Amino acid sequence: MEILMSITVGVFFMVGTYLLLSKSLLKVIVSLILLSHGAHLLLLTMAGLQRGASPLLSLEADSYTDPLPQALILTAIVISFGVTSFLLVLAYRTYKEHKTDDLEQLRGSADE
Amino acid sequence: MSWIHIMILLPFIYAILVPFLYKLYSHKLHTGWFVMPIPVIIFIYLLQYITPISSGEKIYTTLAWMPSLGINFTTNVDGLSLIFGLLITGIGALVILYSIYYMAKKREALHNFYIYLLLFMGAMLGLVFSDNIFVLYVFWEITSISSFLLIAYWYQRPKSRYGAQKSMLITIFGGLAMLAGFIMLSMMTGTNSVQEIISQMNDVTSGPLFVPAMLLTLLGAFTKSAQFPFSIWLPDAMEAPTPISAYLHSATMVKAGIYLVARFTPVFGGAVEWFWIVSVVGMITMIWGSFYAVKQTDLKALLAYSTISQLGLIMSLLGLGSASMAFGFTEESAMYTVATGAAMFHLINHATFKGSLFMVVGIIDYETGTRDIRRLGGLMTIMPISFTLSIIGGFAMAGLPPFNGFLSKEMFFTSVLRASELPIFSMETFGIMFPVIAWVASVFTFVYCMILIFRTFAGKHQPERLEKKAHEAPVGMLIPPIVLSSLVVIIFFFPNIIGQSLLKPSLAAILPGFTQDGAFEFITKIEAWHGFNTELFMTIGIVIFGTLLYLSHKKWSSVFYTLPEWFSLNSVYNAALEKSETVARGITNNYMTGFIRDYLVYIFAFFSIALLTCVWVLKGVSLDISNNAPISIYEVILVIGIVISALGVLFSKSRLTAIISVGALGYIIALLFVIFRAPDLALTQLIVETVTVALFLLCFYHLPEFKKEHSRVRFRITNLIISLGVGITVTLLALSAQGNKLFEPISSYFENSYELAGARNMVNAILVDFRGFDTLLEILVLSVAGLGVYTLIKLRKQGSGTNETE
Repeated sequence: MEILMSITVGVFFMVGTYLLLSKSLLKVIVSLILLSHGAHLLLLTMAGLQRGASPLLSLEADSYTDPLPQALILTAIVISFGVTSFLLVLAYRTYKEHKTDDLEQLRGSADE
Repeated sequence: MSWIHIMILLPFIYAILVPFLYKLYSHKLHTGWFVMPIPVIIFIYLLQYITPISSGEKIYTTLAWMPSLGINFTTNVDGLSLIFGLLITGIGALVILYSIYYMAKKREALHNFYIYLLLFMGAMLGLVFSDNIFVLYVFWEITSISSFLLIAYWYQRPKSRYGAQKSMLITIFGGLAMLAGFIMLSMMTGTNSVQEIISQMNDVTSGPLFVPAMLLTLLGAFTKSAQFPFSIWLPDAMEAPTPISAYLHSATMVKAGIYLVARFTPVFGGAVEWFWIVSVVGMITMIWGSFYAVKQTDLKALLAYSTISQLGLIMSLLGLGSASMAFGFTEESAMYTVATGAAMFHLINHATFKGSLFMVVGIIDYETGTRDIRRLGGLMTIMPISFTLSIIGGFAMAGLPPFNGFLSKEMFFTSVLRASELPIFSMETFGIMFPVIAWVASVFTFVYCMILIFRTFAGKHQPERLEKKAHEAPVGMLIPPIVLSSLVVIIFFFPNIIGQSLLKPSLAAILPGFTQDGAFEFITKIEAWHGFNTELFMTIGIVIFGTLLYLSHKKWSSVFYTLPEWFSLNSVYNAALEKSETVARGITNNYMTGFIRDYLVYIFAFFSIALLTCVWVLKGVSLDISNNAPISIYEVILVIGIVISALGVLFSKSRLTAIISVGALGYIIALLFVIFRAPDLALTQLIVETVTVALFLLCFYHLPEFKKEHSRVRFRITNLIISLGVGITVTLLALSAQGNKLFEPISSYFENSYELAGARNMVNAILVDFRGFDTLLEILVLSVAGLGVYTLIKLRKQGSGTNETE
């Protein structure tokens, strides 16, 4: 199972990187979402995917899945959400000011 | 803190007071009068050291600065540093007196002038008296900086700025090289004190860093002392006010390199590399400088090249003198110490006559408005005192009796003649070159001295070509060169006064191995007449050939113009400077394209290549699937879903497809969280994904301003390679991390969450109890993001074209 998940994470990273290198600002933000998905899944996979109960003591199971990576991922999800929403609004403002979402047209000042 | 420290720091402290004095009294009294007592006081203070120093005493005091690093302000007064100290303060006092008359009270920013001058003086004093190499380096750089400031004193002129920049670049380059050499010395011996380094000479000479340390130290000395090929900054430094040229660029700063070579002769001397480099570079500098001095038509440029030439002479003498160490301080080697003696003697003589000559040139400039030889002439009767002074200075420089230059030139010839008979360093074959070069250079020296004197003062007076009506200078301006010129004559008639009191102790400092008294006996027996020997005939030959060359100067002076303009060190320097700028700009423009994509390509390519190489070299991939969980059908289906949606994002034509595919991905991941027994994650993921998709739609689809364009992501092979690389790297890293579990996780501890925290949900207990601090800051992140979003929407640049009101 871990091997399959590792490959999935690799797919996330590959698609994310490919989109990050594209011209459209929207695609860049999408790529960041994909990369953070990849990172979250990687965190979960690395902790081991052994079967156990959900980490709720009320289930009174013999073994539980590891709760620590879940807490870490939860924090990461919220942070990446904050960053993504900020980026989205930033991209939106950029588009409003410059009338384009093409990164090549948004390249630095003309006097270079 | 002893008196010597106070004296070294006195110019620095006084420099703080100068602007106040300028502000308060400058309308009444020239600021220079307030500054002049400082060098006089230090000079008088230093005079009292002569008696103890000449009786062989060493005065050594320490002031703690950074004791833990072994860097202390240690002063060492011996013969060598005392000569320099007296020159710096003595000529410094005369130069300040001269500048009082030279620098106009009203027009010039005198406070700047005297602050820089005092800074320089203090730095120079610190340089020569410091025993700690790093403190020496500090003062060395302060001399470079204050010289930079002084050269560009008239900063409105482009040529001043050019000259200042050039001297700065060259001397700082050398200074940094010297610092590297010092660090090597300090590493080899474990001490930072020059005297202790000398006492641990065996560590140095046998150390592997001996040659690099020597070369780097010499680089510092050569750049500072304007040796070939670093001499190009000195002629351009002539844009400084003339008192500065007289002080810095003839008497003191350019001799800092000489001081350095002399100071480190006990460390490096005796080595064949040192002997050859120092003496050959000195010789080349001497003949090159004297040859080019003849070409100059500007008096200051002529003096600049003559300074270069004379510094080369002193440097080569120090090189030849170091040969005496190769014999191990025996009776036989004592005969070569005459070269070192001649170097120190000529050092003093050069400071006296060159200072005086610069001042005379300044007087001519001041009184006629030009320094161009072609416009001057016939000033003999108009400016008789200046004429006399320049005859004294010029004849001393040419090496004629009855002036001190004659004595040191004779000693110079003695040294090269003896050096040519050296039985070591393969001097048997090349030794004969030294007297020949020395003689030819001296002929040129004679020629330019005659040009300096007679083109300026003899011939026809051309009042119509001068900017002012020429007349003799004020008395105050003449006093300093008169004092220096009288020294020139006094030293000729009574050389043994300074021989006994200054030169002998300085030789004992440069060649400390000679313990017996007889080694330096020659220095107290200098006399003008020593019979008809080779040296005297050489001088007579110089006078004859020099006179012939001078008289026929017009016929052969075209030889200087046979070489094309670009074939000079200056154009090499300029071209190198320009080329380095264009090359650097070219390189930067090449990779700093301004496209984000390019930078991301660099980053990702570096990431993949570095990590993959690392994995490959360390053989990091080790698959261990024994511990893996089994694969169930649900997971396979979800993974297939992930791949399909990811490809959907990749190949989507419109934005809407891309956004919906991203949403699908997010929900599938929420499902994966469900399967992997993470209920809180699944909840959060669902909500976050919903909000994100809504935001996406809001920003990129439903807002009317947005152009509805459909474009596919363009295919590029580099992008594919790089993204494949990143994907493979991450997968490989994940797999090899899987295979290398080092220890058990700590998660069983969290199963105590009910007992410890009163919570049955372990994830929530971790978030708010065990690791609540993370959550606090995560809340902060969200708040900052929210504020940021609000600011982005609400705040507008005032006056920009877009009038939007939300």
